[in-house]
Formats: sequence, C-alpha cells, structure tokens
Amino acid sequence: MAPQNDTPPRSDMQSQTDTQPDASDNALVALSEEHDEHVRWAFGTGFHDPMAGVDTALPDGVDGNALAAYCLMLGDDALIMSHRLQEWCAHAPELEEEVALANIALDLLGQARLFLTRAGQADGTGRSEDDLAFFRDAGEFRNVRLVEAPRGDFAFAIARLLVFSTWRLALLDRLTASRDPVLAAIAAKGVKEVAYHRDHAALWTVRLGDGTDESHRRMRRALDDVWPYTEELFTAHDIERRMAEEGVGVDPSTLRAEFDAVIGEVLAEATLPRPDADARPGVGGGRDGVHSEELDALLAEMQSVARAHPGATW
Amino acid sequence: MAEQNALAEHFERTIERDQRIEPRDWMPDAYRKTVLRQVAQHAHSEIIGMQPEGAWITRAPSLRRKAILLAKVQDEAGHGLYLYAAAETLGGDRMELTERLIAGAQKYSSIFNYPTLTFADVGVIGWLVDGAAICNQVPLCRSSYGPYARAMIRICKEESFHQRQGYELLMTMMRGTDAQREMVQDAVNRWWWPSLMMFGPPDAESTHTAQSMAWKIKRHTNDELRQRFVDMTVPQAEALGVTLPDPDLRWNPERGHYDFGEVDWDEFRRVISGDGPCNAERIAVRRAAHEEGAWVREAAAAHAAKRARRAKEAA
Repeated sequence: MAPQNDTPPRSDMQSQTDTQPDASDNALVALSEEHDEHVRWAFGTGFHDPMAGVDTALPDGVDGNALAAYCLMLGDDALIMSHRLQEWCAHAPELEEEVALANIALDLLGQARLFLTRAGQADGTGRSEDDLAFFRDAGEFRNVRLVEAPRGDFAFAIARLLVFSTWRLALLDRLTASRDPVLAAIAAKGVKEVAYHRDHAALWTVRLGDGTDESHRRMRRALDDVWPYTEELFTAHDIERRMAEEGVGVDPSTLRAEFDAVIGEVLAEATLPRPDADARPGVGGGRDGVHSEELDALLAEMQSVARAHPGATW
Repeated sequence: MAEQNALAEHFERTIERDQRIEPRDWMPDAYRKTVLRQVAQHAHSEIIGMQPEGAWITRAPSLRRKAILLAKVQDEAGHGLYLYAAAETLGGDRMELTERLIAGAQKYSSIFNYPTLTFADVGVIGWLVDGAAICNQVPLCRSSYGPYARAMIRICKEESFHQRQGYELLMTMMRGTDAQREMVQDAVNRWWWPSLMMFGPPDAESTHTAQSMAWKIKRHTNDELRQRFVDMTVPQAEALGVTLPDPDLRWNPERGHYDFGEVDWDEFRRVISGDGPCNAERIAVRRAAHEEGAWVREAAAAHAAKRARRAKEAA
C-alpha cells in the first residue's frame, strides 16, 4: 500500500494522494499540513459561536462591574456543576449513562465559557474564560453551594441534577428576555440544553423512586441530602436583584413557584415524598464567595496544570 | 448434510465476492466465534480506553481543551456502545461480555495499560494511539461481517477527529514554553513503542492472522499495518519537531519504507497477559463502576417491568 518511492514521503497527504489507496482508506487525514487552519476548532461539542452577529457593547446604563459579577455567578454555577459531572467519567452505572452525563457536562461547560467570556468583557479587564476559570481562588468564585458538594452516588447525582436543572431552566427561560443581547443569546442556547437535562434527571428520579426498595431508599436519602441547598437558589443576592431591576438579569426569588410545581409533579410520579429539611445553617453565601472546603479541593485539581505552567499555551 | 454443504458454499461465495455476512446468514461457528472475540475485544478497548485520558478531563489546562477531551472520551463510550451492539448480533450479551472483561477472561488493547503522566500524554495518545488505531481500523470498514464494518465506518470518522485534536494540541504545546516541549518529547518517548505493539505480534507469531485474512475479517497483516503506521508517522514527527526514540529508524530507498528497530515483544506479552503497569487498576475501575451501578440497572429493569404490568392491567 505504501509508495515505492526513492525518497521518504514528504507528508501523509502527499503519500495518500500519490498512491490513491482504497477509497475506504482515505479516512487517514493529513495532519502535518493542516494544523494552522484549525487553531480555534473544537469538535463534537455542538459548539458554534452563539455570539456571531450579537452586539457585545454594554446595554445603556448598565454597570459593567455589576454585569460581570452577575455573569460570574451564572458561569461558575455551570463550571463547577460540569466538573462534578465530569467526575462520573468511567464510573457511570451503564454506558448509555456515560454518554448522557458527559453530554450534560459538555453543555454546561459551554455555557460556563460563554458567561465567563462575557464577564471578562463587561468589567473591562479583558480577562479570558481561562484567566477566570484557572486563576481565581475559591473566595472569588460566585457559584451556589449546591454545585460544589462532592460527587456522591448516582442517586445524589440525579437528585442534584433534578434540582439544579429545574431551577436553571426557569432562570434561563426568563433570561432570554434580558436587555443584554449577549445574555439573551446565551440563555436561548442554554434553555434547549437544560430542558433536556431536566428531562433526563426527571426520568431517572422516577425510575429510581419507583424501582426497587433499595433505589427508592437511596433516592429518598439523596433528596434529603440535596434539599438543604435549595433555599440558597432562591435567595436573591444584591447583584441579582439589581440586574433584575435593570432588565438584565433574573431575580431568583421569582422562580420558586415554577420550581415547586415541577418538582412536585416529578416526586409524585416517582412515589417519593417531598423532603422537608430546611436550609442548613452555614449553607449559603456562595454568591458572596463563601464556600466549603470541597470547593478548595475541586479547584486545586481543576487549576493544577494551568497554574504549574504560567505563560504556557494550550 | 447436502443442505449444510450448500450453506457453507454460499458463505464461501459471499466472502469471495467481497459481499457482507449479515446476522441472519448462516456462518461457520468458528467464524462467529472469531468475529465475536474481535468485536468484543474492540468494545472493551474503547471502554477501558476512556480511563487513561478521562483522568485528565478535570485537570485540562484550558476550557477549550477540557471540552475537546470530554467530547472525545464521550465518543469512546459511544463507540463501545455500537460495538457491543454489533457483538449482540452474534449472540454476545453486553452484560456477559463485561463480566468476562472484569474477570480477566477477555482482553483489550495492551496500550491502555500504560499510565498517563502529564497533559502531553493526552496529545500523544490522540496522535500516536488513535493514529495506530485508525491504521488498524480503516481496513475493517471492509470487514466481511456487515454490522462490524458499518460500525467501523462511523468510528473511523470520529477517530480521525481524535487524531487531529491530539496532533493540534502537540503543535500548540511545541510552540509554547521549553517545559511544554520537554513534556511532549517525554510523552513521545514513552508512547512510541507501546503504539507499535498495538498492531499485535509479528506475522510469524500471529496465531489468528491467516484464518482471519481468509475470512476477510482482517484485511492486512500486523506487520503490514505496523509498517504503514511508521511510514505515516515519521514525517508527522518531523513536522512536529520531536524525535522518535528509535536509533534504527531510517528511510530505506530500496524498500520504499522506513526501517525500524525491534519491538520488545517480551514486554508486549507481559502487558497483554496482565503484567503491565496499569492492568490491575484499569480492571479495578471498570469492576467498581459495574458493581456500584448494579442497583441502578436493577432499578431501571424493575421500573420498566412495573410500567409494563400497569399498561397491561389498564388495557
């Protein structure tokens, strides 16, 4: 199959073209000559630039620092939740679930990248998504506490995903009307994704709740474990309230009714009681940068390579 | 007996004409067993292969690299799914095959028993390991067993993306800091020989090759594919600016191919038989996922049974 030349093949593309191998062998693509054209290329993520054609100027009268702080909240929620889902890689209960959890993690990672990029634009620092993800310390992260709790078992993963995606879908749905065209565009993309995440979590909640005695017990305990984190989701931070008043963001306290209705319906179908655990003292404050030790450990891992090689390009 | 002969003749003619054997066609038991073994080993390799790279997803040094790597590892789970589905058309059961894997009764590619020590390994796995996999797999798109051939077409398309992302990562790192260039060279040094082992033992020692070639389950010998991979990779290494760790590697104008040194076949045999650096760990992780997920799979089955019963009662 290889060329009978007197000189070494100059490149793979050259040798493939010269010898015209079997049509089915052409999937061997040239590598050495094409790398420059695809520097920004990412495959398999369903990621295309949702900002194409969107005006990135700040809307009239909006304070850039406040908008940036708001973008960090929504971006960090997605980034840290994605990380906890990434931890399922090679540990899922079946292969279909490997694919599904990775898919959800990818969607959230995509949302995080867009929100963080917007944050760096809005505060005028020009910090990139990577500057913000890898070179902030835990106290500068603005995510809710729900997403940083350790991975847990599959029931915990599903309970957390159900709560998170039900809340986030309600939020993104309203954010599509944002006066900031960038946030509106990110939200429009995110709504479709998170609607699928919520469906996926709801289906598993029903399967596990109405499955075996063991799965019912585990699902019930997982909901009890997740529940103390829910109150923070609906407690408006000053920045969120201000962004909502300016028509840019969403006041999370307005989302509770929709959340309760959806969760109520899913739990009824799953034959699970609604948890009555209240917010746990000390759980909250994520929006102000108050976090658990688990976030420190998560960031130490996530940021390890980037911080070990300052000035490197990846 | 006459009927049996007619079936065997039809099978032979189908193979001769380069047509596909389909699940409902008659096939010799030995053919079924050989294809099933090959497809199952390939499926296991995809699933075990998620681990060495998957370990770097949470540590990827940029969000773009994280997305690419996550998508890649997700593809591998998808490949495992198609391949187990192809195995099921031959009477293999995914659950039984998985149990044979974690019992050590079925093999997977020896390459995944080597550790991934730095982020450069992610790039080198894409470039060399996926590159070698593509050399092995592209001819399998013409495998005589239809469901396997069709699965391979889709898998090869995705694998070529994987190889490109790996090479592109290495190109980017080579333009970075000295430390990054050293990481890339170190990873190349560690993965080069194991990549050559991916084509299997030399033809003279390969027990299955002759029959598999006759049945068109395999289209080229191990040594032919290894040579093709070396010829393809040397110019890529030059473009990248790395050295391949083989003092005997040089162009041979008479053969029109690169000559290269002898693979350490003793190491290959030890790794394949369970004595590699990470064999125990890879199986332990797969076993843990399988066992810890048992209650989930049981719940899904119990729920499906309840729904079916309720639907029947309502009807």
